[in-house]
Amino acid sequence: MLDSALSIFVAGRNLARLWEGLEITLWISLASVGLSIAFGVPFGLVMASGRRFWPKILRLYLEAVRVVPVLVLLFLFYYTLSSAFSVNLSAYVVSVLVFTIWGAAEMSDLVRASVTSLPAHQRESGRALGLTGRQVDLYVVVPQAVRRLLPGVINLTTRMIKTTPFVFFINIPDLMKVGQQIVEVAGMRNHLASVWVYGFIFLVYFAICYPVSLFSRHLEGRWQS
Amino acid sequence: MNDTDNQPGPAGGGNGARVLRIRDLVKSFGERRILDGISLDVSQGEVLVVIGPSGCGKSTLLRCLNGLEPIDSGEIELKGEVITRPGTDWNRVRQRVGMVFQNYELFPHLNVLGNVLLGPVKVQRRKRPEAERDALSWLERVGLADRASSFPRQLSGGQKQRVAIVRALTMSPEIMLFDEVTASLDPEMVREVLDVMLGLARQGLTMIIVTHEMAFARAVADRIIFMDEGAIVEQSAPDGFFESPESERARRFLNIFEFSEKRRE
Ligand SMILES: Nc1ncnc2c1ncn2[C@@H]1O[C@H](COP(=O)(O)OP(=O)(O)OP(=O)(O)O)[C@@H](O)[C@H]1O
Ligand SMILES: [Mg+2]
Repeated sequence: MLDSALSIFVAGRNLARLWEGLEITLWISLASVGLSIAFGVPFGLVMASGRRFWPKILRLYLEAVRVVPVLVLLFLFYYTLSSAFSVNLSAYVVSVLVFTIWGAAEMSDLVRASVTSLPAHQRESGRALGLTGRQVDLYVVVPQAVRRLLPGVINLTTRMIKTTPFVFFINIPDLMKVGQQIVEVAGMRNHLASVWVYGFIFLVYFAICYPVSLFSRHLEGRWQS
Repeated sequence: MNDTDNQPGPAGGGNGARVLRIRDLVKSFGERRILDGISLDVSQGEVLVVIGPSGCGKSTLLRCLNGLEPIDSGEIELKGEVITRPGTDWNRVRQRVGMVFQNYELFPHLNVLGNVLLGPVKVQRRKRPEAERDALSWLERVGLADRASSFPRQLSGGQKQRVAIVRALTMSPEIMLFDEVTASLDPEMVREVLDVMLGLARQGLTMIIVTHEMAFARAVADRIIFMDEGAIVEQSAPDGFFESPESERARRFLNIFEFSEKRRE
C-alpha cells in the first residue's frame, strides 16, 4: 500500500513538480491578496465616505463582481482580451488580475463595513477629550476598524487560496494541475494514484488554510468587545 | 433672571469667581429651535443641576458648551475668554471642559489605563510616568485601582462610568459636564457613580449635571436649573425648588416624578 504511494511521489520529478505547483499556487494567492488589499482599502474608505457619486459606482462594481462566477471572469479576460483586443497577457497575469478584481471588491465591502459599524459616539468621545480629528482617526477609529477587519480579511484570504485551482482551466501548472498530470500518467499502472495524489493535495490545502482560519478565530475571541 | 452678573451662587457652593458665562444661546436643528436664548452663569466650585422634560434641550445645551454642536447665536465665555468666536480652537477648549455621556463611551480596544491616559498623553503631551501616577491615584479614589489593566468589556456599567469620569478628570478640567451618566445603568450601580459625583462636588469641582435622579439632584445641587422647551423656566436653590417651585410647569414636572416614585414603592 504505502509502497504504491511512495512509488508515485519518488517517480521522476513528481515531488519537485508538486512543489513547483504549490509555489505557483502560493504566488498567485499572495499577489492577488496583496493587490486586493492595496485596492480594496481605499475603495472601502471611499464607500464609507458618504460621498454621492463614487460610492455608487463602487457599489455597482461590487455587486457585478459578486454575482458572476470567478471562472467566468477568468475565461472572459483570458480568451477575450487576447482575441478581441489582441493584448497578449500571460495566463499568470490574467489570473492575478481577475482574482484582484474579485478580491478588491470583497475587500472594499469589508473595509466599508468595519469603518461604518463604529458607533458615532466613539468618535464623539474622542473629540470630547480634546483629540484632533486626525488623532481620533489614529487612536480611536483605525485600531478598532483593523480589529473588526482582520477576521474578514483572513477569511477572504483563505477563500482566495481555495479559488486559485481555477487557473487549471487556463493551463497554469499550479498544484492542482500538476497533480492531475501525475495522476494521468501514474494512474495507468497504479489504480490508487488518484487517491494518493489528490489526498496529498487535500492535506496541503488543509495545512495552509486551517492554521489561518484558527488564527482568525483566535483574534476574534481576543478582540471581541 | 436675565442678568445674574452680581448674584452670588445661591446655595453658597460657589466662591464668586465666574467660570462660565452663557448669554442668549440659540441653537436650532433645521427649522426647529432647540435652545431659545439661554443665559446662565456658573461660578467656581458651583454645582448646577439641570432638569426638565425629555427633549427640552438639556443634552444639546451641554454639547454646545464644549463645541460638539455649533451654535446659531449667543456667546459662551470660559474664565473670561469668549469661546464662541469663529476660529476658536475647540480642541484646547475641550481640555478645559470635561464631559461624560450617558452611554459608556470608553474605547473598547484600550484597557482602563489606556483609556484614561489617552487625553493626558496625546492631547496634553504630558510625560507618561507622571500622567500614569496621576491616573492611578484617580482610579484609586473611585475604587478602581485594581482594574487598571482590565478592558471595558470586563467591567460593569457602573465601573465603566466611573472610568469615564476619571478619564475626563485627569485632564484637570475647569468645569465638568455630566449628561445623565446613570440613565442606562442597572439600579444597583447608580449609587456608586452618584457617590463619586457627590465626592467631587464636596471637593469643590465646578459641575453642570443633567440628571433624572431627583433625590441626588437635591443632595448635590447648589442651584437647580429647570428647563422647558429650550428655555430656562426657573432657577433656584434645591430645597426651595423641590418644596415650592415657582412656576406651574416645574410643579407639573415634579408631580409626574412624585407619581412615578410612589408607583415604584
Ligand atoms: N442631531 C440632532 N438633529 C436633529 N434634532 C436633534 C438632534 N439632537 C437633538 N435633537 C432634538 O433636539 C431636541 C432636544 O434634544 P436633547 O437631546 O437636547 O433633549 P434632552 O433634554 O437632553 O432630552 P432627554 O431628557 O430625553 O435626554 C429633541 O427634540 C431632539 O429630537
Ligand atoms: Mg439628553
